Amino acid sequence: MKLDTLADKVGEWLRGTGPESDIVMSSRVRLARNVPQYPFVSRASEQDRVEIERFLRERIATVPVGRQLESIDVGRLEEIDRQFLVERQLISREHAEAQGARSVAIDGLEQVSLMINEEDHLRIQCMHSGLDLRGAWDQIRVVDDQIGRVVPFAFHPRWGYLTACPTNVGTGIRVSVMLHLPALVITRQIDKVFRSLHKISLAVRGLYGEGSQAMGDFYQISNQTTLGKTDEELVEQVGDVVPVLIDYERRAREFLVRETQQNVHDQVSRAYGILRTAQTITAEETMQLLSRVRMGVLLGLIGDVTISDINSLLVRTQPAHLQKLRGVELDTKDRNIERARYLRRHFEGGASPAN
Amino acid sequence: MKCQQCDKPAVFHITELETGEVRELHLCEDHARSYLNQSEAAEAAGEEQQAGGGLTGPLSVGQTADELAVLDKKACPMCGITFFEFRNQGRLGCPHDYVHFEKELEPLIANIHGASEHTGRRPERSPADGAALPEGTEELTGVIGLRRSMQEAITHEDYEKAREDRDAIRGIEDRWLGGSRRNAATPTTDDPTHET
Repeated sequence: MKLDTLADKVGEWLRGTGPESDIVMSSRVRLARNVPQYPFVSRASEQDRVEIERFLRERIATVPVGRQLESIDVGRLEEIDRQFLVERQLISREHAEAQGARSVAIDGLEQVSLMINEEDHLRIQCMHSGLDLRGAWDQIRVVDDQIGRVVPFAFHPRWGYLTACPTNVGTGIRVSVMLHLPALVITRQIDKVFRSLHKISLAVRGLYGEGSQAMGDFYQISNQTTLGKTDEELVEQVGDVVPVLIDYERRAREFLVRETQQNVHDQVSRAYGILRTAQTITAEETMQLLSRVRMGVLLGLIGDVTISDINSLLVRTQPAHLQKLRGVELDTKDRNIERARYLRRHFEGGASPAN
Repeated sequence: MKCQQCDKPAVFHITELETGEVRELHLCEDHARSYLNQSEAAEAAGEEQQAGGGLTGPLSVGQTADELAVLDKKACPMCGITFFEFRNQGRLGCPHDYVHFEKELEPLIANIHGASEHTGRRPERSPADGAALPEGTEELTGVIGLRRSMQEAITHEDYEKAREDRDAIRGIEDRWLGGSRRNAATPTTDDPTHET
């Protein structure tokens, strides 16, 4: 697969479509699986890792879903290409930074991604745009079943699917939604919301997974436990709380418009202004400002930009994407200049300069 | 042993696991209580608990240092990981650890998940493939131990033992992975019996 051709497209989670896509960016389900005839990855020898990777890749290629995937040898990629896949959420940061034989298989729509030799031998991920946990779950079940027919997954009658970390044992499932919650942040209600989520065993993370900082008011909500409940129950556990959060965010947005219309209008206009005129700008500031502009578009305060436009800028202004689109490697300082230039051109032209 | 905070005898031995670091505490009853209350209070304050947070809590209270030392040395016969190594890294060595350390993992898992029995999906049984049978897990993890044993035999130039191990590995793989579709990476070029 030519990664450069991906740079011109936006991946599934940034399409900006699907139910509730004004607040829910994407819905994701992942399953952790291992084969019993090898040690877990952290304890596997270099030779083991080579064999695990080959064993899984070859067997997966024999089933219908596997035939639609393209495999990428992550170990042989340049650092910028690995970073590129992280920015598109096709691999984890851990997978990008790991050592030894490892790969990822991706479908053309960038909905399905199979990481081999991440923390577990196999991590299956399905990602859909907007609020569509049901759809992602239905899809991943098929993938899991087909692979399970040709790969013996490590399974224990009492503990379920056996994983490298006991925090994933049982179903091995992580159900998550990525939400854009700017109004809850502005009205300072976000911490309260997170505390109550924590009480019902849900985890909150930033945009790029475990340990990442929440940037630009984007948050991932996911299940914390994996054992004792069925996969469906865990999908519902996350799914049930999303409408509540959507309702909170909508009310906070209404409140902002009603009570502080001028202030909000001022804030989003200034954000828009900086994005259109800055001469040098960091990825963090860009994301923060794009988040504000995104809210402005949704509140009808900014008219000439679309949500899918903003979504695509969110990923294209990330360091690796920026360099891929420019076609040269740049240091941080030059990236900030290039990022500002890219944004200016984008907003001047009204259309994506990549097209 | 004296309490680390005062001169009273230490009756509580606490092992804290924090981001790959092990900290052992030996405390008297009073200091242990205030220590444990402290960490509970911190949790109650809504401190963000990372995934894996359950692993970093006190492993057990009331176990003597000796008991812990013995437990730490217990090693999985398949992958060779000791419980100490697991406590250090927070990652298990192989699927068989869930069988070998079942008793030790039980409280840990119950603490993380608030449950100790899987109720979700199971691998689909498809006898035609054989591969997907859960019973295969137990036997297939044996290959991990056999592979280690084979490597050791080769190191000691005990080629007969290495050959036995290799045949045993092939037997198990043939049964559970399907003979013709066994992993192509099973030793052919680095055949231990191929003496050069």
